[in-house]
Amino acid sequence: MADHLFEYTLRLGDNCLILGQRLAEWTGHAPILEEDLALGNLGLDLLGQARAFLTYAGKVEGKGRSEDDLAFLRDAHAFRNVSLVEQPNGDFGQTMARHLLFAGWYSLVLERLTQSQDSTLAAVAEKGVKEIAYHWRHAAEWTIRLGDGTDESHRRMQSGLHQVWGYTPELFRMDETDTAMLRAGVGADLAALQPAWDARIDAVLVEASLERPSSVTRSNGKQGVHSEHLGHMLSEMQFLQRAYPGMEW
Amino acid sequence: MVAATLHRLDDARVWRVLAEVCDPELPFLSVVDLGIVREVSLTGGVVRITPTYSGCPAAEVIGLAIANKLAEAGMNLRVETQLSPAWTTDWITEKGRETLLAHGIAPPPAASTDKHTLFADPPAVACPCCGSMDTERVSAFGATACKAMHRCLSCSEPFEAFKCL
Repeated sequence: MADHLFEYTLRLGDNCLILGQRLAEWTGHAPILEEDLALGNLGLDLLGQARAFLTYAGKVEGKGRSEDDLAFLRDAHAFRNVSLVEQPNGDFGQTMARHLLFAGWYSLVLERLTQSQDSTLAAVAEKGVKEIAYHWRHAAEWTIRLGDGTDESHRRMQSGLHQVWGYTPELFRMDETDTAMLRAGVGADLAALQPAWDARIDAVLVEASLERPSSVTRSNGKQGVHSEHLGHMLSEMQFLQRAYPGMEW
Repeated sequence: MVAATLHRLDDARVWRVLAEVCDPELPFLSVVDLGIVREVSLTGGVVRITPTYSGCPAAEVIGLAIANKLAEAGMNLRVETQLSPAWTTDWITEKGRETLLAHGIAPPPAASTDKHTLFADPPAVACPCCGSMDTERVSAFGATACKAMHRCLSCSEPFEAFKCL
């Protein structure tokens, strides 16, 4: 049971950590100043949630690993984030597409987790759900603005959506850990979230004059099977700890 | 009876010390007025604070600043972080709201969480300079996690507004 809880908490933490890191890559590169600040802020929210989840995961595991140990001293195969969040930023449209699909799902997960029997997960979710509401709205507004904008912005938004869409089935697939956590009243019923997600995503896509893609990519990020992108990202994120093990500020 | 009085006095002393600690990102607003001090427990030897945002970089600095200030005042209390119930802008005190306004930051509308629907306009925010309600939001994200950027269409002044949470 503790193994499942560790695994489950790690997934939540890694989703936040990896997407937060991806969003931070935009710092200094966003198309406009307001978006530079926005993407940095979105990343910061996720990083904050990642810290809470990973600290708790370390505690559940009981081997004395801290949030930093978990973030900086694991190799790619030990990460449990869904594959969607490790996908490269692409252009701004693709980043917004990824964020739309993720935030649309993650806010539903957090809503369920506020009712979790695990009081720590419930507390982090209670805090996070209010923050992610801003993420969802931000991504949805940009999706509409770009999708329903110029020919070029429409083309790019549609193409960004195609790039990342295939990774969404993984978000709703229940495995042994998910099922055990659901039975224990700790985790969310991911499969049951699909209709609500479909409805909110479709509403945005219609408004944005975008087509709903149907591509499916086999992805098992939450079981530790990752695309090559994650390794490259970690090599940068973990560089300091790899080059100078145990180094502190 | 005496003990009870002493207890109350000490409690008040702690709160007075806390009122001198400011948020480093809002160096005129005390942690008490920001509404992040959840509990002072002398019996437990602890002061409980709650972060504004999960990723607020100021949270740890604030915890340290509180611990230092209490130590300076000879009060040996731990500072603990409490996540639940989650902080809301409704906990900013009336004095806190006035202080924000006096420093050119529009306070969040009282007792409301910004639940405006996807395509609707966010709630109107009064310009902290001229008081006009004819303002627009430039960006939902600003220099810190807790603020958004707005612009006054009457006096043309750009300003920051505390986000509803």
